[in-house]
Amino acid sequence: MATIQDRAPASQASLNDDIGEEKRLAMYRMQVEIREAEQRAFDLFLQNLVKGTSHLSLGQEAVAAGFATAMRPGDLSFCTYRGHAHTLARGVPIAKVLGELMQRDTGLMRGKGGSMHLTSVDHGVMGSYAIIGAHLPIACGAAWRAQYKGQKDVTVCFFGDGTTNIGAFHEALNFAAVWKLPVVFVCENNLYMEYTPIGDVTAVQHPAADRAASYGLERIIVDGNDADAVYRAATTAYDKARAGHGPSLIECLTYRHSGHSRADPAKYRPEGELERWKQRDPIKIYRERLKQFGVGDDVIARIDADVRKQVDEATEQCKAAPPPSPDILTSDVYADGGFAWRN
Amino acid sequence: MAELTYRDAVIRGIAQEMSRDSDVVFLGEDVGKSGGVFKATVGLFEQFGPVRVRDTPISEQAILGAAMGAAMTGLKPIAEIMFSDFFAVCFDYIANEFAKSRYMSNGQLKCPLVVRTGNGGGARFGAQHSQSVENWCMMIPGLKVVAPSNPRDVIGLMAAAVRDPDPVIFFEHKSLYPTKGEVPDGEIVDTLGSAKIVRPGKDATIIALALMVPRALAAAEKLKSEHGIDCEVVDARSLVPLDTQTILGSVSRTHRLFTVEENPRLCGWGAEIVSIVADEAFYELDGPPVRITTPHIPLPAADVLEDMALPSVERIADRVRRSLQS
Repeated sequence: MATIQDRAPASQASLNDDIGEEKRLAMYRMQVEIREAEQRAFDLFLQNLVKGTSHLSLGQEAVAAGFATAMRPGDLSFCTYRGHAHTLARGVPIAKVLGELMQRDTGLMRGKGGSMHLTSVDHGVMGSYAIIGAHLPIACGAAWRAQYKGQKDVTVCFFGDGTTNIGAFHEALNFAAVWKLPVVFVCENNLYMEYTPIGDVTAVQHPAADRAASYGLERIIVDGNDADAVYRAATTAYDKARAGHGPSLIECLTYRHSGHSRADPAKYRPEGELERWKQRDPIKIYRERLKQFGVGDDVIARIDADVRKQVDEATEQCKAAPPPSPDILTSDVYADGGFAWRN
Repeated sequence: MAELTYRDAVIRGIAQEMSRDSDVVFLGEDVGKSGGVFKATVGLFEQFGPVRVRDTPISEQAILGAAMGAAMTGLKPIAEIMFSDFFAVCFDYIANEFAKSRYMSNGQLKCPLVVRTGNGGGARFGAQHSQSVENWCMMIPGLKVVAPSNPRDVIGLMAAAVRDPDPVIFFEHKSLYPTKGEVPDGEIVDTLGSAKIVRPGKDATIIALALMVPRALAAAEKLKSEHGIDCEVVDARSLVPLDTQTILGSVSRTHRLFTVEENPRLCGWGAEIVSIVADEAFYELDGPPVRITTPHIPLPAADVLEDMALPSVERIADRVRRSLQS
């Protein structure tokens, strides 16, 4: 029997120009920005300038770009520890993200959160959560607030295939379905639960989509390496949520080009698998797509160069930035700004 | 002024805050239509409707997660976890999520929510429905922890907890639900982080919490009438913030310290208080501080055994008398 790992999903692309050039160029640029920033994070780690751990989205850029581009200002993102991509995709400056990874005072949370907890409330990034599954119920709560207050924002919750086997996933899906919450659950199925093929530890072939029926939800599988397909699925789900018709669960098939975390060389992968998936690199696919729509090589090259320059500048800014100021060690434990637990 | 049960005080406390602020919402298992398994939320569903008082599935992670997400984005949820023992199945939210999000986000995220829960022994429910777990929460930076001992404090501390900008764990004692107390009319709003001297005395300080407060008071009366020992009883009320000034002040007058804790002995809150007093008021003490606790055991179901495990009026009185007379 063919396993999910053997099947690179076929692109559902068509030449239907429902998305438009402006958004397509933005989605391309976003994917390149994520690719370059993640690659830079990895390089900086090798130079010991990014410390701790980091979980890269190399190869998964189309999911972040597609969902974020379809969002409106005010929509909320909840991410996992593999959250750099989703944070950048909401417009958080590269220097803020790299600064946090490099543990600088100029980082997004001034070094208090680190790679796994990127948060930018001003951009609708309501946190990156490092306990698998924890943020699905939290996303339900944010969506409940929108429903309660009659606000039209949508909450979007990203997670990996491994998350589908933890209890909080099932609690959240049932809860969201019963309360008809305006939340969109996005499973980035990159085929590996950390180091283990997801198929080896899951009772169904599609870890998210095959569970949807349990919660009365539609079975949705999207080519996660095609930003247009992702964008369309996102738009449909957001419209449904805004119309008050409840949650969606979308499984995006994709593949991470690097290991699970910085410590993982990913030697458990069968020979040739990475190469097969690199044939379906989301950025490569999207360059072709742009060309099909008549975008010139020069435009694409200009975007590529511009993004690289941005990442270079952000890197230099971060290298020059000071470490976190010691006075924030005990700040913001409580709402009064401090950490006092006694009088 | 009216006499109210602790149970009815919970209802009045929640109702007071829900009437005041439409951002206050309430969720939990069986809390709405059924009025709660302890009947401590009867009438709220009828008064505030199904949009503000919401029955949930048996999904403790979803309950606390949803409360957190709602709190982060503008509501002030009160979430019920039916038995505090169940904190163990949703402890991620208590220990990792809403306690830490403000710090990790460098102050960007807020989490003004209340988790109320039935805590403590005495109902013969056995080891998984009887525990006192306030010390599980006291040790986590970012949380506030309160445990009222009487109906008036239930209302006042509930109001303070709902209005507080931080996550507050609100321990209601199951064995106190039927107990009665005088409650003033009108709005009651207390402050978190203030202990209360509930019986002044000059010979020894007894610090107690929740169900242990009435037991400490009864022990103090017994010690006075039978042995002429005059104990000061302090209701700690709030473990975080901790009112160390009231505690240190009392010890500096009586020169003896006893804690009465329902939690099993190891790492109970009394250990922290003894440590603070040892650090800061050692030379005020005329004798070693004494912790009276449940032993380091899971709670048994049988009444005779459970009664032996929890600090009783007799055990408290006996332990204080033996210490003072030795």
